Amino acid sequence: MKHVIVIGGGVAGMQCAAELAMQDIKVTLLEKKSDTGGKVRGWHKLFPTFTPADEVLSGLRHKMALTQNITTKTGCEATTITPQKVTLSTGESINCDAVVVATGYTLFDAHIKEEYGYGIYDNVITSADLEEMFNKDDVRMKDGSTPRRIAILHCVGSRDEKVCQRHCSKVCCVTGVKQAIELKQMYPAADVFNFYMDIRMFGPGYEEMYREAQQKYNVHFVRGRISEVSPNIDNRLQIKAEDTLTGRPLKMGVDMLVLLIGMKSNDHNASLKADCGLQCQNSGFMQPKDSFLHNTESNIEGIFYAGAITAPKNVAEALNDGATAALRVKDWLNKQ
Amino acid sequence: MKRSSWTDYQKDIADDHYYYARSCIRQNFFPGSEKVFLNILGKDLGRDIFDDPLHTSCTGIGYHSDVVPLETIMAVVARQFSLMSDAGYENFTSSCITSFGIYTELLATWEEFPETEERTRENLYKATGREFKKPKNLAHTSDVIFHHREAIAQRAKRKLVNVYTGEPLKVVEHIGCHYAKIFPKSGIGGSEFPYVLAGMVESWGGELVDYPERRHCCGFGFRNYLVQANRGYSISNSHKKLESMAPYKPDFIVCNCPGCSMFLDKWQYTIAEMDGTTYGQNGQGIPVLTYEEMAGLVLGYDPWELGMQMHQVDVEPLLDKMGVEYDPSAKYLGRNGKYLGRPEPTAVNSYSSRDTRYFIKQ
Repeated sequence: MKHVIVIGGGVAGMQCAAELAMQDIKVTLLEKKSDTGGKVRGWHKLFPTFTPADEVLSGLRHKMALTQNITTKTGCEATTITPQKVTLSTGESINCDAVVVATGYTLFDAHIKEEYGYGIYDNVITSADLEEMFNKDDVRMKDGSTPRRIAILHCVGSRDEKVCQRHCSKVCCVTGVKQAIELKQMYPAADVFNFYMDIRMFGPGYEEMYREAQQKYNVHFVRGRISEVSPNIDNRLQIKAEDTLTGRPLKMGVDMLVLLIGMKSNDHNASLKADCGLQCQNSGFMQPKDSFLHNTESNIEGIFYAGAITAPKNVAEALNDGATAALRVKDWLNKQ
Repeated sequence: MKRSSWTDYQKDIADDHYYYARSCIRQNFFPGSEKVFLNILGKDLGRDIFDDPLHTSCTGIGYHSDVVPLETIMAVVARQFSLMSDAGYENFTSSCITSFGIYTELLATWEEFPETEERTRENLYKATGREFKKPKNLAHTSDVIFHHREAIAQRAKRKLVNVYTGEPLKVVEHIGCHYAKIFPKSGIGGSEFPYVLAGMVESWGGELVDYPERRHCCGFGFRNYLVQANRGYSISNSHKKLESMAPYKPDFIVCNCPGCSMFLDKWQYTIAEMDGTTYGQNGQGIPVLTYEEMAGLVLGYDPWELGMQMHQVDVEPLLDKMGVEYDPSAKYLGRNGKYLGRPEPTAVNSYSSRDTRYFIKQ
């Protein structure tokens, strides 16, 4: 029986492991955290259908449990990778016939954009923090009061040369729309403002959701980036921006500011390049063999990619990637 | 506010043996500040600091006004460094924020584009026959005071505390655009949450005011002021800041930059004359101090020795709050006891009957 190691227990890795296992391939799934699920584990609902993130994860876990071919090892991190062997940070080595790298991405650290005061001002939070609040059904300000005016800022750590993140993180626009709707559902009387530089509604149902946010929920969209955040004397936040459609500067007091943090490549990708000979893109994401016919294969035979390791992707794309990578691995193993 | 982020931006500041470069304009507006800096470093803290009469303007005002070309200012700065080496020093400290920004910018330029450094060396040699070494350590004088802030606190005669209430004085700090906005890593605390003045205020017992327009420019902006037609833009920036800070009732403003100190002080007079608005708690102005003056008051210097009689907004209300003993009758006396003259009363001044009573030289 062939043995494949899948590194990364997010949705792409889980999907890939399940698909391989169903093809009678023995799989070892490595996850550095204490549980599988990746970033989706912290998410509340998924756009554009508002499907609970838990539903997707439990579906994947169910699929993985259909065979006995998967061994999941949590709390372990791969350090060096070859098609025949993966070495863990503990020093343990595991032999295999192929490897799928599905280590995903890192959320941009909002502290770096100091002008927004994340970690300084209590009611400046990130989109990930907001999902955690949604999960607890407790979206409140630090003092426990209800926010009456909320600003959501797009592109924090995306399309931003100053922080060396030139790429678009792709899913933040639609996440901002989704979170704005959820906030309006929770607090219908609140004013919610989305500050954007472009609205990129690329997926099915996204544009409709954007329209619904405006027409049904009266979410405001302002084309302009927030330049800085300061405290007001009443402990609210003062934001400064330029409304680039009217060409005028804008100053607004808000109760809460949500920073839509982007997807950053993992720092670990640099060592995949240096130690394992894998190729990286300028953005730091891994470079697939090509962008069309071999987009889940690496430049090294026997090492494959799945999910957001190669570029920012939404959950559906990551799942497709997982399934595609499994097919490519199987084809490759059959040829050996 | 959690001001933890300042620890992300630290820099090496030499502990001793400084070559001192003065500012072009500070000695006119805040004439005691540079003198008291030399006294604090030399006499109070026992450090070696060299005040070189041979150095010139860095020509930063001309550079930022598009009058002085880049190659010229590079040669001028190279000459300052050459003088430093001649004097046997390696640690350069400048009194002016714009100069500090210039030195930082040119050192970074030479690092990034070594050919510009080579050209500067050629130009300097052709013009003066001099050669130069780059400083081992570059710091603004506020960095130096920040570095010694705990030593100053240990020698403090007074704290930044209201003697009537026992409460910390509320202080607005303004670091100046050229301190860290060009190169955030060159300033303590960076540009968004700068700590260089805040650290002094906290070490000496005061409380910092964070207000919405804290990061905003004072309005100097060189061409905003130097071109007379643009001065409305300059004052509107100061106006925006003063309007924003006033509700927090600050006891005083402390500035890092010669231009900022001047404009936040003197525009208060202009605004009061224009529309009658004053921003201080007493219906008058908010005193504006340099960090040397603030350090001098903490160390027990006489306010008139610090040159505080030259401020547009009177400092007496602040001196009273701090419990500073001073001789009102000596306010307008020069160093040799010569009467300097007394400005006309204005809305931002705190002329009281006591001032009038002691107005003995008229």
